[in-house]
Amino acid sequence: MNGNAAAAVRERYRKLEADAAARIKAIYNGPVIRVGTATCGIAAGALPVKEAFARVVEEKGLPAKIIDVGCMGHCYAEPLVIISKPGFPSLCYGYLDEDLAARLVDDFLINDDPCYEFALVALEPNDVFPTFSDFPRGVYEQKIVLEHCGFIDPGDIDHYIARGGYGALAAALGKAPAGVLDTVKESHLRGRGGAGFPAGLKWEAAVKAGPGEKYVICNADEGDPGAFMDRGILESCPHQVIEGMLLCAYAVGAERGYFYIRAEYPLAVERVRRALEQAREKGLLGGAILGSGFNCELEIFQGSGAFVCGEATALVRSMEGKMGIPATRPPRLAQSGYRGRPTVLNNVKTFAYVPPIFNRGVEWFKSIGTDDNPGTAVFSLVGKVAHTGLVEVPMGTTLRQLIFEVGEGPANGKAFKAAQIGGPSGGCLPEAALDIPIDFDSLQEAGAIMGSGGLVVLDEDDCMVAIARYFLEFTQQESCGKCTFCRLGTKHMLDILTRITEGCGEPGDLEILEELAEDVRDGSLCNLGATAPNPVLTTLRYFRDEYEAHIFEKRCPALMCKELIVYYIEPQKCSKLCNVCVGSCPTEAIYTRDDGLKAIDQEKCVKCDNCLKTCPPDYNAVIKLSPPGLLTEKEGKKA
Amino acid sequence: MPSIHVKRGVFLPLLEGEEELIRKSVSGVLQEYEAAQENLIPILLQVQEMLGYLPGPAMEQIAAALKIPAVDVYGLATFYNQFRLHPPGKHQLKVCMGTACYMVGGRIALECFERRLGIKEGETTPGREFSLERVACVGCCTMAPVVVVDEQVEGKVTPTRVDGILLSFEKPAAPGAEAAGQKGEDAS
Repeated sequence: MNGNAAAAVRERYRKLEADAAARIKAIYNGPVIRVGTATCGIAAGALPVKEAFARVVEEKGLPAKIIDVGCMGHCYAEPLVIISKPGFPSLCYGYLDEDLAARLVDDFLINDDPCYEFALVALEPNDVFPTFSDFPRGVYEQKIVLEHCGFIDPGDIDHYIARGGYGALAAALGKAPAGVLDTVKESHLRGRGGAGFPAGLKWEAAVKAGPGEKYVICNADEGDPGAFMDRGILESCPHQVIEGMLLCAYAVGAERGYFYIRAEYPLAVERVRRALEQAREKGLLGGAILGSGFNCELEIFQGSGAFVCGEATALVRSMEGKMGIPATRPPRLAQSGYRGRPTVLNNVKTFAYVPPIFNRGVEWFKSIGTDDNPGTAVFSLVGKVAHTGLVEVPMGTTLRQLIFEVGEGPANGKAFKAAQIGGPSGGCLPEAALDIPIDFDSLQEAGAIMGSGGLVVLDEDDCMVAIARYFLEFTQQESCGKCTFCRLGTKHMLDILTRITEGCGEPGDLEILEELAEDVRDGSLCNLGATAPNPVLTTLRYFRDEYEAHIFEKRCPALMCKELIVYYIEPQKCSKLCNVCVGSCPTEAIYTRDDGLKAIDQEKCVKCDNCLKTCPPDYNAVIKLSPPGLLTEKEGKKA
Repeated sequence: MPSIHVKRGVFLPLLEGEEELIRKSVSGVLQEYEAAQENLIPILLQVQEMLGYLPGPAMEQIAAALKIPAVDVYGLATFYNQFRLHPPGKHQLKVCMGTACYMVGGRIALECFERRLGIKEGETTPGREFSLERVACVGCCTMAPVVVVDEQVEGKVTPTRVDGILLSFEKPAAPGAEAAGQKGEDAS
């Protein structure tokens, strides 16, 4: 492209940006209420809160605007809102309900009292209220991918453009595609789908495949249970991903791209669809982008729920209308992918890193994280941790910092037991392994994997055999059936684990499990099978004593495996006057004895845990016993 | 009667006039797409959106239109979790089986529904009143265990809450049950 054309592209973008900035500035001239309405917010009740704000604002005739934003990452405090009023710092409030919404309108918007007692954090530095960086979590967090998430309206492209969005694309269109590729290569950006393959090398392979039709695919088939980073990003800031895909398409010479999104994520599909429409209207997508000679069309393909389709070759097959069964590689997708043409397939997060790298430079990106793993890691932090949510920390942060500082440790004062990282392909790491830094290579050495970023915290009440069984059940069901070891080996492993959790484990089971695990790992074509034994292998490595307790003592140390526990009401603690447990029992197994104390008929008990939950904290008379044999001992004492 | 059998037993019998509805809906969807295998998943998704599930005759009709064997369509429909071969009930119960829900009693909730309704997960009660499914993580891990009742997310579902949910459908006058009761009246 010659100098004049490049200048015309820049000029056209400058006008877009100026218009967007002016429009957004006008919005923020008055009070603005931003309501977090990603799926997590909606589930916690964000929609009634939003309606309540709208109702009260209208009743009082206020000029306040109400805007939908995505997920800020602080999911534990949902529903969240941010209220900006000229003259005050923007304040974020959590745990909203309709009454608090009405009160905030009255006290803050009308009477200038920001109700600091309900505020969580201020967005801009100020003299009256702490900001994100004043919290332990803010010290560790550094946001690149999630930078705009939760602060901008994903349904209005101007919010993104006003923050400099699509600027990287405009600048890149003035350069040769080779220059764009070089920048990505120099940045050492590693693919965030799990394997950590350098994105630049993947793109280069597609360039080297020669001229002709090529495709760019964004993998948003996030299937791991307990992971929702990609969903959060697409629902909160879809344009950043679109811009990254366009930069990739420009670098490799593709004119068509696809978002492969799970059909289970209807809101993400809707928001990406809207984002694509708006980008098209602004001339940022379609023919002659920003008046340059670059054409690119992006479309959505809805995946239909098969975990194995996260694997590149299976994903492409499913786009071709076939069963998602992985194929042997080579040829790599970059040589022969969708419709037999060179295809670049990257994860949502990988694409989202690309625009910031162009905006702030390769050196800036490499200054974050470690030498071999530049940048940040995005995790969905869930399970038994106080502050669940989406977090982004530099690579090299330790798991301990992530769980105990950012997530503030296990909830309810329970003892930490393990961190399950990487979903069904990952592993469970005990407390002793928490000081390893988070990066692709260190985690693999410890037996887990980075995966796409699911991190489930487990506490003392979680049985490691049961969790290993849960993940294996998942992979066993999701195995496509192509490789014998993955199809049958996982089934055998699952059978053994099921037997162990049911108290029918035998000596020698653990050795067979280990042997099978190796066979499954070596005998599977794709990573679904090759990593399926990881949850079993890591729990065997770090928590072997729990397996042995199940097998040799028929005891579940975490009191979780149903067949190995019984419920028991302690007579010395039971209040004769309270009938809560009797009413809560779904099978009428609890009865009142002649002396007024309650007791459980073990024949009828279905171990639903209801009596234990409903017994008032003053008594806490219901306990679980393992092994079940302890019951005779207890009852013997009583008689 | 459909000739394709599903994993658990056979299809529930079609309702009166349903076959005609299926034929019409599928024809409508097929007109929007080029008859290529590449469009099979989008076609199936759209048919399911219209009918609520993929009945046997629909799969046969699609196979004929795309000139591929019916077993290929059936293979695809059973390969992907998104497709359902049972008609949805008037009320759809989806029990979350994400990691967090599983660890704190999602399975207990599922078992309670199975016991109360007399069906297994993936099935529909004979009167098409309730359908019961397990779903992967719905992303509400903080409220585990979670059950999605129709479109409403219910958090912290204990066995007593299971009874409560089912009871609320028995008495349409009970608060909160009205909207759910009115919805999908014409399904039967």
